[in-house]
Amino acid sequence: MALEALRVNRMRSVLTMFGVVIGVLAVVILVAVGTGAKDAVEKEISGLGTNIILVVPGRLTVGAAPTQSKLNLADVAYVRRVVGDPAKVTVSLQSGETVRVGGTEAFVTVVGTDQNLTNIFDRPLDKGRHLSGTDVDTRRRVAVLGSEVADKLFGDLDPIGRQLTISGARFRVVGVYAKIGQTFGVSRDQEVHIPVTTAQRLLGIARVNGIAVGASGPDEIGPLQSRVVAALTDRYPGEKFSAVTQTQLLGTIGSVLGMLTGVLAAIAGISLLVGGVGVSNIMLVSVRERTREIGLRKALGARQRDVLTQFLIEAVLLTTIGGVIGILLGVGGALAIQALTPVPASVTWWSVALAFGVSAAVGVFFGVAPARRAGRLDPVIALRAE
Amino acid sequence: MTAAASDAALEAVDLTRRYQLDGVAVEALRGVSLRIGRGEFVAIIGPSGSGKSTLMHLLGCLDRPTSGRLRVNGVEMSQLSDTQLAELRNKTIGFVFQSFHLLARTTALENVALPLVYRGVGKAERRTRARAALEAVGLGHRMEHRPSQMSGGEQQRVAIARALVGEPKVLLADEPTGNLDTRNGAEVMAILDRLNSDSGVAVVLVTHEPEVAGHARRQIHVRDGLIELDTADRTGTGETEQRDGGGAG
Repeated sequence: MALEALRVNRMRSVLTMFGVVIGVLAVVILVAVGTGAKDAVEKEISGLGTNIILVVPGRLTVGAAPTQSKLNLADVAYVRRVVGDPAKVTVSLQSGETVRVGGTEAFVTVVGTDQNLTNIFDRPLDKGRHLSGTDVDTRRRVAVLGSEVADKLFGDLDPIGRQLTISGARFRVVGVYAKIGQTFGVSRDQEVHIPVTTAQRLLGIARVNGIAVGASGPDEIGPLQSRVVAALTDRYPGEKFSAVTQTQLLGTIGSVLGMLTGVLAAIAGISLLVGGVGVSNIMLVSVRERTREIGLRKALGARQRDVLTQFLIEAVLLTTIGGVIGILLGVGGALAIQALTPVPASVTWWSVALAFGVSAAVGVFFGVAPARRAGRLDPVIALRAE
Repeated sequence: MTAAASDAALEAVDLTRRYQLDGVAVEALRGVSLRIGRGEFVAIIGPSGSGKSTLMHLLGCLDRPTSGRLRVNGVEMSQLSDTQLAELRNKTIGFVFQSFHLLARTTALENVALPLVYRGVGKAERRTRARAALEAVGLGHRMEHRPSQMSGGEQQRVAIARALVGEPKVLLADEPTGNLDTRNGAEVMAILDRLNSDSGVAVVLVTHEPEVAGHARRQIHVRDGLIELDTADRTGTGETEQRDGGGAG
């Protein structure tokens, strides 16, 4: 019966639905893009390795100003003793530097680290070897290049054994990392790893930026994290240290991106709301047009509730059909975005369910007022209407 | 329920109905009392503006009186809620309108079955009963036709079938021949005559045409919101055989 009424005014129904279609489409696509971004970042973080604790000085909160590091190599040795397994602790000292090979130069992130890096992080090699303990102990001027740096500086040549200069100092290439992509939008293939001891001398500083500790399993992360922080706080009373795990990092990033997704969904929701107002408007017109029909139905014994239900079903049908079309287009659009653009988009069942639920709710919400008006019509007046 | 009430299909006592039109009170009915027995065939006659339509709306429980009492099939309507009134209309009263009031784009069968929808009757039974009602008005061959595919006379017969499908006690017909030519009008009146005598449903006809009113065994003349003449009063019973039809002039 309700479907029939919609079919009778096909053009009008289609145009009314259009508003809902666009709203739902926007919700599905924007949530898909938001979720896709979140998934991608989470994948990047997980791609670092597993069971990692990052120790940095100061308080690590989103938006906090970076703290001047007080950690040095002696502290690294101290943390090694605290952790108990020296191989499970590595260090990082980063600086943006220009590297040069002949006439070609590149601006890269120089990372001073040690032989334990690969015990904790996933950093597969493409060629050559990793940094060794001897490299670190003897302050060798050796470097392992990220894949992009290697491509840019050496092109088709095999970089292994070749020379390059970092801030004017000569280094020998001993290895090239396999391509690993970005973390937080920063290409990690643009890094050049050198021994941390060499890096300190090169940069003329004694500190390090951070310490990374690898736990042997998920259960050990928590206790290890508090042990390391407590030990460092003991050593430097009054100073703050933070140890973050991947899980915490994921949580923080996740909540930020979740918020972003929420904002996107809310903006899309506004267009859904506008679609709903359109439905309400058209239902009011429909009630007016069909006043005589309502009067007749009442004369034949339709209760207020029957008439109300009829119009409400019509409104809900209008929005849910629009919702389903919007979902189909939205899913199709998200898949197209995923396939044709670098923007990651991931359609989640909950966004589809939500979009459907919201479109049905919009039908009820915006259909109630016209349906009530229909239900309350005085049959005598309704029958006389033209 | 008293014994007297139980054998009346409709019983009105001192009904009044006042409207507010642009702040001016209009008295459409100024105290109407009447009693229509089961199986009676009554015509309510009056010029336009006499209050006869208002009276019909009240008798059909589409409207509530400003004052006075109305019993429909023994039930005092003033004590019923809107929902109960809808149920009363559905089960006790059948309506036939001047302009048919069929749902366009809906088949004759579905139009006739509509009152049963509001009674919660299942689809199969609705169709069976609607088919029987259509056959009773001689439209067994028009079941799947839509109003636009039928003549005015046929449409009004569909409307009569719809009024009867729920087996009401009272059939209220408001100018049922008003939109029909003489031949179709006569046909519709013949059907109403036959239904009244065969099934015993009380028929209340509202009209301004004396010839149409002549089909009824009793005429009630309404003017200025009051009953001017009730032919039943001449014999003192509600079952007068009088067929003068010329009471108005």
